[in-house]
Amino acid sequence: MNFSGLIQDFGPLTITGLAQGAIIALFALGYTLVYGVLRLINFAHSEVFLLGSYACLIVWGFFGLDQNSATPNVFSVIGLLLLGLMAAIVISGLTALGVELVAYRPLRRRNAPPLAFLITAIGASLFISETVGVITKRNIKAVPPLIRPADVFVIGNMHVTNLQILIIVLALVMMFVLDRFINRSRLGRGIRAVAQNPDSAALMGVNKSRVIALVFLLGGLMAGIAAVMYDLKIGVTRFDAGFLLGIEAFTAAVLGGIGNLRGALLGGLLLGVLQNYAASLFGTQWLHAASFVLLVLILLVRPTGLLGESLGRARA
Amino acid sequence: MRQVLARAIGGLAVIGLVAGAAACNSSSSSDDSASGNCGYKLAYFGALTGSSANLGVNIEQGFELAINQYNDKKGSTCIEVAKFDSQGEPAVAPGVARNLVADKKILGIVGPPFSGESEAADPIFEEAGIPTITPSATRVSLAANGWKTFHRAVANDDAQGPAAATYIKDTLKAQKVFVADDQSAYGAGLADIVKQKLGSAVAGTDKTEADGKQTDFSAVVQKVVSSGATVLFYGGYYQNAGLIRKQLTAANWKGTLVGGDGMKDAGLAKASGNAAAVGTIVTCPCSPPEKSGGTFVADYKAKWNVDAGTYSDVAFDAANLLLAGIDAGNTTPEKMNTYLSTANYKGIANTYKFTSTGELDPSLIKVWAFKFDATGNQVADAEIPAA
Repeated sequence: MNFSGLIQDFGPLTITGLAQGAIIALFALGYTLVYGVLRLINFAHSEVFLLGSYACLIVWGFFGLDQNSATPNVFSVIGLLLLGLMAAIVISGLTALGVELVAYRPLRRRNAPPLAFLITAIGASLFISETVGVITKRNIKAVPPLIRPADVFVIGNMHVTNLQILIIVLALVMMFVLDRFINRSRLGRGIRAVAQNPDSAALMGVNKSRVIALVFLLGGLMAGIAAVMYDLKIGVTRFDAGFLLGIEAFTAAVLGGIGNLRGALLGGLLLGVLQNYAASLFGTQWLHAASFVLLVLILLVRPTGLLGESLGRARA
Repeated sequence: MRQVLARAIGGLAVIGLVAGAAACNSSSSSDDSASGNCGYKLAYFGALTGSSANLGVNIEQGFELAINQYNDKKGSTCIEVAKFDSQGEPAVAPGVARNLVADKKILGIVGPPFSGESEAADPIFEEAGIPTITPSATRVSLAANGWKTFHRAVANDDAQGPAAATYIKDTLKAQKVFVADDQSAYGAGLADIVKQKLGSAVAGTDKTEADGKQTDFSAVVQKVVSSGATVLFYGGYYQNAGLIRKQLTAANWKGTLVGGDGMKDAGLAKASGNAAAVGTIVTCPCSPPEKSGGTFVADYKAKWNVDAGTYSDVAFDAANLLLAGIDAGNTTPEKMNTYLSTANYKGIANTYKFTSTGELDPSLIKVWAFKFDATGNQVADAEIPAA
């Protein structure tokens, strides 16, 4: 164990961990939203993210950009980022809706047992990821250097770059907007009502199917944003990118309390940072193992996750 | 009633499967009576898809080119090409290997390209008695399993590791070196040798997950930066290496990435972007393709419309060596294996003579260093003298 390394690198490990954690948190929102309303783990959510990560690359490809392009000027970068975000959001949102319509809604109509949903979820996930794998010949797709990482400020040996700030701030803003939306808007009230008691909500005139579709859509939007940030940070995507990060995002959702939006944020940031610490302390080969040991430990103490689980009971 | 019906249908299905399997067996093992020395197959076994597929495709294309040229000379499809895609995955390889050994017309195999899949698949080839020539699996211990069918047409990591260490010390003149690997049979073996040879110059070590199992290397990058190392040696394959190089550059690390032949692929620059990859050094127990004799480079380009890659020339030689064996009348896998143990064959990239454990004769070993240029190509830098 390398304690001196961890202490020496504490600052840099924290900031890079927060950036990775912010991406995980945005991704985790999709799991938590769907679980909060339907008590269903949407394993296909990882592919919602995956298609988003390709969508923005395809849009940037239209402009002739690849990994060897020069970084465009500031205005082009902002424009391209917005276009990429839009593309990813639209594709991820549509994918999430599509999965709900094709894989889940028909089962719900027939009152299928929970196990059936789990299987269709895994099936949909494998189908999409393998299809992408076959189309891309399982090769990586690299990201154009839209943002050249540059130090914005330096504290000790902690270099905080423009990209890290963008990722963390964007995640916090999206989180805030989503939280307001769920807790303040009329549609959000509908979501909370269905989460608390679907039958009563239906009796009160809430359209359950529409609320469920909305929840999938919201999760998809957040995954789309996460996908663009992931592309910019990691620099490549490939057919199983969603699977890898999806496990981490799902862990983060459970860690924070699945069904709880703020829990997903907390869980994501915590997981990102702690993975970095563990990698420094025990070696990078223990990265994934350490995060799951941590998950078990926390669930032993708090079985419903750090912030408890219910979307319906979340307070404004 | 429904249960009974279901059982009956299930039973019928099982009977059908068994019958089908029996039919398959009888048809595949019946004909062994091809005329002359034609009608046999040579197999390529290795990755054609998957995260490290480029290395496999280079080899397969060199292999296939040799057989095509042979058939063109004969004026017929005398020897058939059989391709088996292991995806480069040790978990996938054994199943694919069993498919291969079921084909009784296969006299020899070029592959497997990687050490991990070799450990998984070679025992199956050994059991079936089909000789293999790997043009690129360099883990030292592969030759220590007592496999009679194993042949390695390149030097192993015992040659490559020390050469990389020599290059780091003498050419790059690095005082502090960080050594990391991907925990693969190949990567960890190579990194261990480099660590041992560099001794006190090693400023830190770490291990990453394998290709495709990790994309965020923040912690490794931070360790490299903090260690003050000017060189990172990475034992692993090109895709991880490209990602690490990109993230190192993003963290403003100005040192040199050095690796073995598993990183010698344009895929590294594709993952990192050419700008970040420039100057990356990869060692390889191979000669630069442009140094190979004859019209190979031009023929390869004409056939595949890409330049010959790492080990394409060795695979071409390995295939020609097996074809020479067939010409000499070795038309069973056993005879072919005996032939290989005594062969002394001059190909385009090297001369091939195997020791009793299937290693390339020590006098024939060469290691070169290659450097990534601004277009993602690996340009021959220098031949590294034997350590």
